Amino acid sequence: MREPKIIVVGGGLAGLMAVIRAAEAGVPVDLFSIVPVKRSHSVCAQGGINAAKNLKGEGDSTDRHFDDTVYGGDFLANQGPVKRMCEAAPGVIDMLDRMGVMFNRTAEGLLDFRRFGGTLFHRTAFAGATTGQQMLYALDEQVRRFESEGKVKKYEGWTFLSAVLDDHRISRGICAMDLKTMEVRTFPADAAIFCTGGVGAVFGRSTNSVVCTGSAQSALFQQGADYANAEFIQVHPTAIPGEDKCRLMSESARGEGGRVWVPKKPGDKRPAKQIPEAERFYFLEEWYPKYGNLVPRDIATRAIHKVVYTQKMGLEGAPAVYLDVSHIPRETLDRKLEGILEIYEKFLGVDPREHPMRVFPAMHYTMGGLWIDNANQATSVPGIYAAGECEYQYHGANRLGANSLVSCIYGGMVAAPAAIRYARGLDKGCESVSTVVYENERRRQEQINDSMLHAEGTENPVTIWKEMGDWMTEHVTVVRNNPDLERTDGKLLELADRFKKINLSDRTYWANQTLSFCRELQNMLVLARVITRGALARNESRGAHYKPDFPDRNDAEWLKTTRAHYDCGTIKFAYDPVDTSMIPPRARRYDAKA
Amino acid sequence: MDTAAPGGGNSGRKVIVRVKRRPGTREEAHWEEFALDWRPHMNIIICLRDIAERPVTRDGHATTPVSYEANCLEEVCGACAMLINGVSRQACSTLVDSLEQPIRIEPLTKFPVVRDLVVDRSIMFENLKRMKCWVPLDGTYDLGPGPRIAPEVQEKYYPLSRCITCGNCLEVCPQVNENSDFVGAAILSQVRLFNAHPTGAMHMKERLAAVMGPGGVADCANAQNCVEVCPKQIPLTESIAEVNRQAIRQAVLGWLLG
Ligand SMILES: Cc1cc2nc3c(=O)[nH]c(=O)nc-3n(C[C@H](O)[C@H](O)[C@H](O)COP(=O)(O)OP(=O)(O)OC[C@H]3O[C@@H](n4cnc5c(N)ncnc54)[C@H](O)[C@@H]3O)c2cc1C
Ligand code: SF4
Ligand code: FES
Repeated sequence: MREPKIIVVGGGLAGLMAVIRAAEAGVPVDLFSIVPVKRSHSVCAQGGINAAKNLKGEGDSTDRHFDDTVYGGDFLANQGPVKRMCEAAPGVIDMLDRMGVMFNRTAEGLLDFRRFGGTLFHRTAFAGATTGQQMLYALDEQVRRFESEGKVKKYEGWTFLSAVLDDHRISRGICAMDLKTMEVRTFPADAAIFCTGGVGAVFGRSTNSVVCTGSAQSALFQQGADYANAEFIQVHPTAIPGEDKCRLMSESARGEGGRVWVPKKPGDKRPAKQIPEAERFYFLEEWYPKYGNLVPRDIATRAIHKVVYTQKMGLEGAPAVYLDVSHIPRETLDRKLEGILEIYEKFLGVDPREHPMRVFPAMHYTMGGLWIDNANQATSVPGIYAAGECEYQYHGANRLGANSLVSCIYGGMVAAPAAIRYARGLDKGCESVSTVVYENERRRQEQINDSMLHAEGTENPVTIWKEMGDWMTEHVTVVRNNPDLERTDGKLLELADRFKKINLSDRTYWANQTLSFCRELQNMLVLARVITRGALARNESRGAHYKPDFPDRNDAEWLKTTRAHYDCGTIKFAYDPVDTSMIPPRARRYDAKA
Repeated sequence: MDTAAPGGGNSGRKVIVRVKRRPGTREEAHWEEFALDWRPHMNIIICLRDIAERPVTRDGHATTPVSYEANCLEEVCGACAMLINGVSRQACSTLVDSLEQPIRIEPLTKFPVVRDLVVDRSIMFENLKRMKCWVPLDGTYDLGPGPRIAPEVQEKYYPLSRCITCGNCLEVCPQVNENSDFVGAAILSQVRLFNAHPTGAMHMKERLAAVMGPGGVADCANAQNCVEVCPKQIPLTESIAEVNRQAIRQAVLGWLLG
């Protein structure tokens, strides 16, 4: 039997897991990543990872995890894959535990669990407040082991540009660029698994890392891969606004007892500590007594918006509320939350153990993504698979905290064997494809580079990016109105037009970051339109997607997956039914009457 | 929104930044100076982005955006290490207001420069490989939970697992230089971490053999600069001392047992 050739693009949690599964199966893998994989965005994950291990005697079960996830996602997720993920989760935690992830422990030496949003159970395993970092390192170490055995070859410092499609629109490999030499090269492969993360940069400033641009997803979309539920973007309620990045204050701060409040008197100028209990408005606890500060993110985010913009109760009139952990013993804070409190202290110079933190919602997570099938993580292009935040499968209209890490690992676990099965089943492998196919794709990509490098326009790419981000944040996040969405789409077209008059100010062929950024920006401008137009079409409110003019969920018309398709330069939408065969949709509410 | 565009002055206050530029590996380095608009909570990454948006030096010459590495922007990915006013540190967590001006920004000196502030730190990943810094695993299929670990043990070793491979500890180490193979504090601290894990310990012997080889723990001259700069406050000298003890024990045992 011929050895299949597999490529993985992206070395975050999903990508590394896929690599490990392929290497374990004895199949050699090439791994591509813009940053050294150990620096992937997954390091940012703070709070933890969900699995119904039921180690706290609360009667938790994988069925309850399944129900919380589907309900939390407002019934937009296909239930089969979600159920399988929740059932696999306890095994995932065991695997990570065996790999040496330094999870927090109980007195008995067992894994400790904390409570996260959208559930009433202690279901979240954690390693201090740096869980993603610890998990990524554990997988990275296993991949390094396979690398030293010659089973994995890493291409770090390479960026994916496009898939190589043959005459039947079957993927036969990828085209990538070395970010140091700017060399463009094609790499034949029978199957490629994409694990390229979220799209934060489309919104300018978000809680995501710099390389989370969605560029790879957009490039694939423009080559015919469908993109699903783009309009579902999670805005996290508690981040520290910043000019370069909105730094997250994890839900774990609330899981460990943190409370959100504003002074009852709008514009109150007293320092937080001098405002007595009775004069504080703990609005989440008051409005949602059952879940309190741990309502799901979409609910908490809209509540903060309401307090700030409708009730005009933001701190000193500014868009900010307090996230307060100063009542929790210092020792507990240092043991369980040090990693995140340190961030606040370092970037704002204020100790959150003493003073309540000032936070505001920020773009955080991409629920939508490359469309994949319900069983194999296969996209609509044969030979292309996807796992992790870049695909759409597990979180429906709103992701629950600590569910992403588990979906990344699970997706990687499913994608690798599926891709190998597909590759083994091919009549003819990539070696039978004419070299002309590869040559043409390489030349096409080189021409794009050349034309960008030599463009003699006047537009600065960073300026275009900032404008896109500001428009997307203002009109396509928490509250969406159709006229604004229309205007945003117009703006995006204008920006795409201005992009044609770009000037790179760096024309060298050596570590030219301006060129790679421009390639990303061009792709982001397309993806931004998919998100905006998807939101415009969906006239209802569901999960993270909220339209005041259509305030209710409308299952009769909108219980369906948005599926965008790129057709000769135009974005078209089709809608698929959602698999709700196991848990019948019910109204989603977290307030007292729930 | 607080996106004051660079050049579109507000308070009139300026931040003066000098960047050591080097177009490529073989080219000579030169300095360029920039005058940027001050804003609250500015960090070094924001300065570099301002330059990218308006790549013009203080004296009005058009130049190219500065190449640099950064990803997480919250001091957890390790990418953005550089010399800032002569101090080896992470650019994203370095606030302009805490610095004397003009602010001098240079690439790390112990790693080959690729361009401007981008350096090649792949040697650190190679050394992690050499020292077998991983837990040997039979497979990722379901084999039940891992070993039980006492909370005190977790609390002792968790800090070691927070190393972001930034390389600051190597930058300031006098023993890391052209004439030496010393792997540096970060890697030795990882060796300690994996030797401490119940399963990781099964590779202890091989790891210690590597540690006793060229560039290993014997090269540490105890300058203790590493602990000073580590952004994650990892107890590096403690780690080196413990690995050293383990190595000696193994050497003596090997000698006793012939
Ligand atoms: C601040 C923060 C905290 C979070 N906390 C939690 C939490 O507590 N629990 C939880 O469950 N989730 C959390 N999340 C979400 C979670 O971290 C992410 O969803 C998850 O890490 C995504 O992993 P991934 O493998 O899909 O992609 P990433 O980790 O984003 O990796 C993407 C990879 O793709 C590569 N790449 C991208 N584009 C290209 C290209 N064009 N060419 C080549 N390579 C490319 C990158 O180099 C990188 O290696 C958090 C997110 C943020 C932002
Ligand atoms: S030990 Fe500290 S200074 Fe050295 S690489 Fe790790 S985090 Fe950086
Ligand atoms: S950008 Fe990640 S450490 Fe600074």
